[in-house]
Amino acid sequence: MRARPRRRGPLPGFGLSIGVTLAYLGLMVMIPLSTLVLGSTRLGLAEFWSAVSAPRALASYRLSIGAALLAALVNLGMGLLVAWVLERYRFPGRRLIDGLVDLPFALPTAVAGIALTTIYSSGGVIGRFLEPAGIKVAYTPLGVVVALTFVGLPFVVRTVQPVLRDLPAELEEAAASLGASRLQIVRRVLIPELLPAALTGFVLAFARGLGEYGSVIFIAGNMPMRSEITPLLIMIKLEQYDTGGATAIALVFLLASFAMLFALNRLAARREAHAVGA
Amino acid sequence: MPDRLLRFRRPAVTVPESGRSRHLDEPPLVRAALIGAALLFLGLFLVLPLVTVFVEAFAKGLGTYAAALSDPMARAAIRLTLVTAAIVVPVNLVFGVAAAWSVAKFDYRGRHLLTTLIDLPFSVSPVVSGLLFVLLFGANAALGRWLADHDLKVIFALPGIVLATAFVTAPFVARELIPLMRAQGSDEELAALTLGASGWQMFRRISLPKMKWGLLFGVVLCNARAMGEFGAVSVVSGHIRGETTTMPLHVEILYNEYQLAAAFAVASLLTLLAVVTLVVKAVVEWRTHE
Repeated sequence: MRARPRRRGPLPGFGLSIGVTLAYLGLMVMIPLSTLVLGSTRLGLAEFWSAVSAPRALASYRLSIGAALLAALVNLGMGLLVAWVLERYRFPGRRLIDGLVDLPFALPTAVAGIALTTIYSSGGVIGRFLEPAGIKVAYTPLGVVVALTFVGLPFVVRTVQPVLRDLPAELEEAAASLGASRLQIVRRVLIPELLPAALTGFVLAFARGLGEYGSVIFIAGNMPMRSEITPLLIMIKLEQYDTGGATAIALVFLLASFAMLFALNRLAARREAHAVGA
Repeated sequence: MPDRLLRFRRPAVTVPESGRSRHLDEPPLVRAALIGAALLFLGLFLVLPLVTVFVEAFAKGLGTYAAALSDPMARAAIRLTLVTAAIVVPVNLVFGVAAAWSVAKFDYRGRHLLTTLIDLPFSVSPVVSGLLFVLLFGANAALGRWLADHDLKVIFALPGIVLATAFVTAPFVARELIPLMRAQGSDEELAALTLGASGWQMFRRISLPKMKWGLLFGVVLCNARAMGEFGAVSVVSGHIRGETTTMPLHVEILYNEYQLAAAFAVASLLTLLAVVTLVVKAVVEWRTHE
């Protein structure tokens, strides 16, 4: 432990930079967030509870959580595969594809929404082939999963890639020299090494999917009780001047995302500890 | 000694182009299958939507495309988006640099908490972000009533759109700069100080050039999100056509009116912005790896 009481470092600008930071965060983030908390305390417990536990709200949680979970699971598997292929194999166009992985971060969600809806609607490039097979994607809960898969695609790839890149070759060589088969190496050596990073990406993708709005509302069909996500329900309540109901559901949602942020911080701490221990 | 160490680390087996010894590689067939599966997934989820935007935008010909973009409502939306970004990005640039400086260059209790706070807007759903400002400035709020009495409009007007966008895009610059500043350390800054530079001189001549690529990428990301934000802006905008509709909202309106070609024409501009953002990212990565 270094004993450094009061001394924060020799560089100038601490007062100015932290002053600007705290002032901006206070005005732009903390005051608006506290309005939400205050606004829902004004509701009264009974009203709060009836808004939060209404059947329509419960159905929206089920869809939002279920679809975000499914999409994050798809991205967990495919993200590991994509990260592996991009890091370990050389093939033409690899750099281009590597750059393209970030597209969902950069593409406005509304654009993604209308593009995906066009692709998967009955006359679309893919919808045309799925419809005769009896699979409907656009305007169903499955469409929500497709949109959230797009939105969450980069997370697992980008968390796993650096770990895979820095993995010492000796690890696999040692396992091979001890007689492990390739499959055993993947299962016993590689997967455990990559899992913490992959889980972080999974939680990030899930959290992003939970709150996502723009890409989903076009493809979901938005039928109450069936294909209506929670952010849309908040929006609808607001448009119907039910500000109290919107506030209550938003608070539940906010607490859920903060719980996830907390889980992520714990995961990060675990990873750091793991890295130090290794 | 170094020579022996080198030979020990590099096995005598011929190393394939992937740089790894052969007995640790998958059989060619497995490798081809894995690459194929990954490419199919990415093709389906990334390339196809990208291509679809441009195909649909030009589906009714160049004339329709040009008409969609020169429509007065489209122009108003483009103008509003540019004005919003022109206000939000510089403000968040200053905040981002200050926040990164305060978190990355000093050690103190509460530093981690502050980092979490800076990241907080990322974990708030866009719709909830917009709702925050409706609660603060809307007709039901004390502040909103006071503003209405003084004929000031925040919600359903430009200030509300700017505030919601600024909230959503606040973390981008700091998030790029914090790890960069941490990794680079402060040795050069300290050298400049001992040589008699003032604080601002040190910042302008040493710190800014050191962080410029990270800063550029942070600004480009912040700008992309500021121009493309949909959920938060949707809540505070009120969808007054030609007045409070940004480009993404204009896309939504056109799409819901079944003007597909026009919707995708405006969307193609936003898609180009996304492509430029990705190119800048590639350039920045290439520059920093040099």
